[in-house]
Amino acid sequence: MTEVRAEMVANVWQVVASEGESVADGDTLVILESMKMEIPVLAEGPGTVTKLAVAEGDVVQEGDLIAVIE
Amino acid sequence: MPERKIESVLVANRGEIARRIIRTLRRMGIRAIAVYSEADAALPYVREADEAVPIGPAPPARSYLDVGAVVGAARRAGAAAVHPGYGFLAENAGFAAAVIEAGLTWVGPPPEAIELMGDKINARNLMERAGVPVAAGSREPVDDVAAAVAEAERIGYPVMIKAAAGGGGIGMSAAANEAELRAGFETARSRAERFFGSASILLERCIERARHVEVQILGLNDSRVLTLGERDCSVQRRHQKVAEETPSPGVTPELRARMLAAAARAGEAVGYRGAGTVECLVDAASQEFVFLEMNTRIQVEHPVTELVTGIDLVEQQVLIAAGGEVSFGPESVHPEGHAVELRVYAEDPVRFLPSPGLITEWAEPSGPGIRVDAGYTAGNEVTPFYDPLLAKLCVHGASRGEALRRARAAVDGFRIRGPKTNLPFHAELLDSDEFASGRYDTSVVGRLRP
Repeated sequence: MTEVRAEMVANVWQVVASEGESVADGDTLVILESMKMEIPVLAEGPGTVTKLAVAEGDVVQEGDLIAVIE
Repeated sequence: MPERKIESVLVANRGEIARRIIRTLRRMGIRAIAVYSEADAALPYVREADEAVPIGPAPPARSYLDVGAVVGAARRAGAAAVHPGYGFLAENAGFAAAVIEAGLTWVGPPPEAIELMGDKINARNLMERAGVPVAAGSREPVDDVAAAVAEAERIGYPVMIKAAAGGGGIGMSAAANEAELRAGFETARSRAERFFGSASILLERCIERARHVEVQILGLNDSRVLTLGERDCSVQRRHQKVAEETPSPGVTPELRARMLAAAARAGEAVGYRGAGTVECLVDAASQEFVFLEMNTRIQVEHPVTELVTGIDLVEQQVLIAAGGEVSFGPESVHPEGHAVELRVYAEDPVRFLPSPGLITEWAEPSGPGIRVDAGYTAGNEVTPFYDPLLAKLCVHGASRGEALRRARAAVDGFRIRGPKTNLPFHAELLDSDEFASGRYDTSVVGRLRP
């Protein structure tokens, strides 16, 4: 199981993946936005997205859980 | 236009530029009115203004981009004029018109000039007719991928994909071939729609190994358009400027004369008033240049021009908006020495990713030739809602060598703790042979960060 966490304070712009979806290494899960920059959050390995902890418009803090991949 | 005294100005902006404008207003004896979002209440510009008006929550759409909130604040505070700074509503012709309609003085060019230059396709066509060189590119919006492929065949690869309503490098990408164009086109359209409210796209021939050089213009009330030299803005990451200098080490006196003359024609073609900037790309090898876009507002990097000319550009904006004359003799401008600006961003110095957070320590460098335009100080929180610019470290010297030596020492003397900053990158840039030689182009950051 891999927990994907936010690297910085950011707004959640787009949720690209969905729960139950199979993803490959490097697939985009969520796109964050901070300081007028888009920051894609990528899967760090292949697996199934078992949890998406954020929704579009949310504000995440550094270290907040974004998704779980198993 | 009859000359009138402006008693008070509302600054419709935040951070370093709001603070810098407020400084000049106060020196001129004009009451300075700030506006701030909930996220910015503790920033220095808010307390340095004579009065500060809250205009809404942190997201820009609900505060600094809210025309009704800003104009309402100006009315409530009894402002006589509005200065927009850069970004936010500065190049929004509808905002300029709303300010004028409310009976206030707009510190900027006529809304018609903003409108003409706001659409890059219109601007290109207009400049071409005025005899200003433009790169091969779209004369009308490119609506779909098929049209883009056909247009790129006509122009020739590589091409730049740009948002017609865009700016600040956002939504811009290069395509070396058809596959890259197909991949990049839809992304460009969706970003253009999202950031600029218009999906209109243009293609332009990409000039490789180019320098980004811009000319400062000032449109006077007697219709003359003055030029105040150029700025070299070739040091960029993600198509956004990181460091600027004047004069440009890549521009010969002969090229400078041609560029300044073209920039004056560009301003005259749109009946320009106030401070503006004509951005160009220069092919260093051939010493040819093409028009890129015109920014109808004060530019972030205006301090380098101020340092070599001794002219306060914000003061000229206010004087011109009041219907008066500029503070200097137009024939007596003689730029002296060399100036450089380093943009201090809240971002990590390796990948340039945003780094918001609480500033726990802030100590600015000082000394001969050093000017710091800062938006923050110790105890302030850098939030994710706005751009990452913390401060501009500006340095003047008698020669380029002296300016760069002073800048290098000033980088070491600037201490910021809390958010990561790109100060270590600036040290590397100044230490690099490529930047030191002056023979660099817009790919220099990519070469330092392969």
